[in-house]
Amino acid sequence: MLVLEDVHTHYGKIEALHGVSVEVKKGEIVSLIGANGAGKTTLLMTVCGNPQATSGRVIFQGRDITRDMTSNIMRSGIAIVPEGRRVFSGLTVEENLHMGGFFNTKSEIRKSQDHVYELFPRLKEREHQRAGTMSGGEQQMLAIGRALMSKPNMIILDEPSLGLAPLVIKQIFEIIGKLREEGITVFLVEQNAHQALNLADRGYVLETGRIRLHDTGRNLLANPDVQNAYLGG
Amino acid sequence: MASHNLKHALFCAIVTLIISYPILGFNLESQGIDVTLEGAETSTVLGVLLAAVIVFLFQLFRDNVMGSLRQLPAVNPLANRKPMEQSKRLKLESTLLTLMVIGALIWPFIASRGAVDLATLVLIYIMLALGLNVVVGLAGLLDLGYVAFYAVGAYTFALLSQYYGVSFWFALPIGALLAALFGLVLGFPVLRLRGDYLAIVTLGFGEIIRILLNNMTSLTGGPNGIGGIPDPTLFGMEFGRRVKEEGNTSFHETFGIAYSGEHKVIFLYLIALVLAVITAIAIRRLMRMPVGRAWEALREDEIAAKSLGLSRTAVKLSAFTIGAFFAGFAGTVFASKQGFISPESFVFLESAIILAIVVLGGMGSQMGVILAAIAVTILPELAREFSEYRMLIFGAAMVLMMVWRPQGLMPMRRIHIELKRQE
Ligand SMILES: Nc1ncnc2c1ncn2[C@@H]1O[C@H](COP(=O)(O)OP(=O)(O)OP(=O)(O)O)[C@@H](O)[C@H]1O
Ligand SMILES: [Mg+2]
Repeated sequence: MLVLEDVHTHYGKIEALHGVSVEVKKGEIVSLIGANGAGKTTLLMTVCGNPQATSGRVIFQGRDITRDMTSNIMRSGIAIVPEGRRVFSGLTVEENLHMGGFFNTKSEIRKSQDHVYELFPRLKEREHQRAGTMSGGEQQMLAIGRALMSKPNMIILDEPSLGLAPLVIKQIFEIIGKLREEGITVFLVEQNAHQALNLADRGYVLETGRIRLHDTGRNLLANPDVQNAYLGG
Repeated sequence: MASHNLKHALFCAIVTLIISYPILGFNLESQGIDVTLEGAETSTVLGVLLAAVIVFLFQLFRDNVMGSLRQLPAVNPLANRKPMEQSKRLKLESTLLTLMVIGALIWPFIASRGAVDLATLVLIYIMLALGLNVVVGLAGLLDLGYVAFYAVGAYTFALLSQYYGVSFWFALPIGALLAALFGLVLGFPVLRLRGDYLAIVTLGFGEIIRILLNNMTSLTGGPNGIGGIPDPTLFGMEFGRRVKEEGNTSFHETFGIAYSGEHKVIFLYLIALVLAVITAIAIRRLMRMPVGRAWEALREDEIAAKSLGLSRTAVKLSAFTIGAFFAGFAGTVFASKQGFISPESFVFLESAIILAIVVLGGMGSQMGVILAAIAVTILPELAREFSEYRMLIFGAAMVLMMVWRPQGLMPMRRIHIELKRQE
């Protein structure tokens, strides 16, 4: 579904990704783990075309999107939950969701909205609250809900567990599992390696802009190198 | 604490003396070709000293003074009121707006000619401020060259009427569309800039337009401007004493009433009123449409908005273009009202005043912007007797506003949209 082939990405003169190849197949959950500054966010943003890859190819659903504009990519069936949630804090929960379905018809929006409220009953309770006044966990739910509003085939999540309490993290991961059951492909970036690999079909380990390891989630969890570096020994 | 205050107060007093004494304390007297420096009158010198003493005392007791100042907003019953429910608020707002429009409709028949003329100017500023409010208040793009689009509207009408004899009613949409086109073309390269950079570049564009108008002497008459811009007609009826254009009739003859110069002023006022109302309603509509949401979303979080597939350029350009469109509207009315325009009407100060109206009104709030436009246009007229101090009063009013109501007269309370369910 999503293929990155030998992708290099630069910020100005500095190369942040030194030839990364990743594949996410339809219906999978794939986790990408790595230390701070490894280039995880950069990799996801490259998929979104912001910044664009300087060389290599990004292919989504069989189409080369390497040089596409971000706005076009994001309308082609892919949705991202950006790092740090980034909900529109002055807008209400409902309006945030509507922004997520910006390019859909009203009846589609209504349907997706009901669906999101089913997944996150908490959001329904807070429908008219301003997003900025909600707790971190609620905002994360909203960010995921907003991404789902466009009815994507694939959802990309950048550290959804960032700064959340264990109980909320558990909830979020449960929802991610549910998304797979609904047939949405998931590409997940996490610091929280244990839970991410547990949930994932396959995993990649990114180190300073290069893919170091690539295996099934279970094998990576059992891998001593991964245990030492990312699972606290 | 006390000694610290004393030191600080002394310092401030000395600075006051250093700044004001050399400027006010001496006069340059010219005797023939010689210029001599003379001490000013004793009263001026005393005034400077008094000012220093006041500064000293104020700084010494600043904490007390500021403390009581801070309690002042409580005097204003509106300040600490609980926010009303949305439906109630919207109702109140529309009742208020309707009352204002009714009042505005009666106004020309009870007020003097000068007052009606001034009210027309107020309406022009309302249009301008509502337009700029879209750009600055809603889309969050700091545009310091807004006056350029106003100039495009005004000059479009002036030039079209001079060279092709086009009437007001034809020029009105053309002026607005041309201004919008300018907005589109100018916006395209500059909108990738952010914040301060955008502000500076738009400031430059504003000046470029003015300088162009000043220098394209053969076309625009340069600093001499363009005169003889016709008044609007009412279904082919002219408001002058004599009919200027072939085929037109005159208003007073058609209705068999005596000629009066007031008819024209009132008619122009009513046109401005209708256009201002149209502007307000159109922008209100836009705010509730998806494009209005998109402006806000982009202002709130650019990355998030982009991640949802919104195109930054398209969203920003739409705000910029729509803002320019209404400036063009206002410009056409202005040209018609003045009958004569020159680049001098479109200096940076105009942009600054329109921006001040938007900020004073509370960014994004239409009601606030309308009130601020009225205040900012009328106050200087009222203070005309102190005309030397007009700018000073204007400045002081701005500073006071920023102390008391930094969020503006009526900060924007967002109208939230609820999707109606079909159950
Ligand atoms: N906008 C930018 N301009 C320049 N350099 C950047 C930019 N964004 C990221 N970088 C650099 O690229 C490298 C990778 O950053 P990135 O944000 O992708 O890491 P990450 O793996 O997401 O880290 P974290 O886990 O902390 O989110 C870092 O060295 C960072 O300093
Ligand atoms: Mg990151």
